[in-house]
Amino acid sequence: MKLNELTIKQAREGLKSKKFSSVELTKTCLEQIKKHNPSLNAFITITEKEAIDQAKAADNLSSQGDALRSWEAKPLLGIPIALKDLFSTKGIKTTAGSKVLENYVPEYDAAVVKKLKDAGAVIIGKTNLDAWAHGSSGENSDFGPTKNPWNKEFVPGGSSSGSAVSVSSDMCLAATGTDTGGSIRLPASFNNLVGLKPTYGSVSRYGIIAMASSLDSIGHFTKTVEDSALFFNITAGKDSMDATTLPNPTEDFTKNINKGIKELKIGVPKEFISTDLDKEVKEKFEQSLQTLENLGAKIVPVSLPYTEYGIAAYYIIQPSEVSSNLARYDGVRFGNDRSNFGDEAKRRIMLGTFTLSSGYYDAYYKKAMQVRTLIKKDFDIAFEKVDALISPVSATLPWKIGEKINDSLKMYLSDSLTVTTSIAGIPSLSVPAGFSDNNLPIGIQIMGKQLSENLLFQIGNAFEKETNYFKQKPNL
Amino acid sequence: MKIDIAHVAKLANLFLKPEEEKKFEEQLNQTLDYVKRLEEIDTKNVEPTSQVTGLENVTREDKILPALSQNEALSNTKSQQNGSFIVKTILAE
Repeated sequence: MKLNELTIKQAREGLKSKKFSSVELTKTCLEQIKKHNPSLNAFITITEKEAIDQAKAADNLSSQGDALRSWEAKPLLGIPIALKDLFSTKGIKTTAGSKVLENYVPEYDAAVVKKLKDAGAVIIGKTNLDAWAHGSSGENSDFGPTKNPWNKEFVPGGSSSGSAVSVSSDMCLAATGTDTGGSIRLPASFNNLVGLKPTYGSVSRYGIIAMASSLDSIGHFTKTVEDSALFFNITAGKDSMDATTLPNPTEDFTKNINKGIKELKIGVPKEFISTDLDKEVKEKFEQSLQTLENLGAKIVPVSLPYTEYGIAAYYIIQPSEVSSNLARYDGVRFGNDRSNFGDEAKRRIMLGTFTLSSGYYDAYYKKAMQVRTLIKKDFDIAFEKVDALISPVSATLPWKIGEKINDSLKMYLSDSLTVTTSIAGIPSLSVPAGFSDNNLPIGIQIMGKQLSENLLFQIGNAFEKETNYFKQKPNL
Repeated sequence: MKIDIAHVAKLANLFLKPEEEKKFEEQLNQTLDYVKRLEEIDTKNVEPTSQVTGLENVTREDKILPALSQNEALSNTKSQQNGSFIVKTILAE
């Protein structure tokens, strides 16, 4: 196996036992980027020089003094990762995928970026995305669409399109993303990856260009569930710079990962599968349920009655918050002026301005916030009956580039199965669940109560060890 | 409820060309027609949820902490003078 094809766990073992160096590992990733980024467009900025310097520093650190202690203190030492271009990186251009910020260079690192650097990670570049995270396909970037490495005519999913593709095409070993309505889970499921949308408030949003402040969740893409848990150990935690962060976790998220799922009750929300699911998506989902039952879990039907109102509530709350967060981009202190916003950004800003405006606030935003209470209550009631919930991530297979771009409502409906988790602020782990007849990845999501990530990793890992879908690679 | 696109664009500080106004008006009205379905739900006596963490009154000590320097804060602007941002005239003589 080539070095860039390794998982974080495998790479750590190789680095620790000196089978290869971080410089060699990083260079293999950079070669993969040079070879395939022109046709996939996963990266906006490639930080080659900085990455090699960081890799050299990692190799130096792990070769001197108490090397073992370095590994304990820095769990990602020498591991090349990519960052969605919403994450502020000091001295490195951060564009949000938009012409408004095409030359913006932050003077500080996002809290999560600092945590990852302190953990020894090698930052290999900033990835492409739907501008301002507005999108479900990767086609709304002002820097060109990202392509799906499993079939370049198809969308990779969005908005964390570049981050997903960077990992699924082995350009790096993990990448960060944000999930406000599905923007990690959808691309994870379209790319045969593990994607974590953690509990809202479990990871600091400081320094991450804001989309919808009550919904944005900071997560990541990895090849395996164990890698995801390892990464979450680093990013989770209270941050004094983000007043919406929850207390520090008291556990190691890799600890219970091999506990198995015997006797666990996993609920299937009937509203999620009574929608018009694509035949192959339904098939793979039902096979997944069978696999979980074979592993000892009990599958329980549940109901989340307000599911059908999720998109309506979300597409009021999110644009309202977007219109407020994007008001700061006036071209005065940084960036280019507001005429540089793309169409989708303009749509969402105007929609949100309308729903918050005098005379309409009660009918729209306040109403949506009340429906939010009802949607959250649906989940609270379900979690009294079951330990976790499971569903497909997308009702359809990945679609072709250009297919939905002219119908914004159709595009919004791609989020039907992911928005209610965001509205409730609960975590969800998207894991690979197989492939369609024409080799497009299909994922499923495992949802839990707030702060139940350890259980999600436990279930996801049991499923992964049984199915091993992550071992399949796209034909590049 | 039809959207007054010119009014909304002005509130949002976006300057649209006439063809753009027409295009966005159509698209936004379509979205508004969809989200209108929330009216079907009885939300009498339902408390609105504005955030899901349950946190309240998160404060810190009122003391000065490290922050961006003046130069750092000015580093991305195209128009500065004497350590300040230059802005458009707000109050005319």
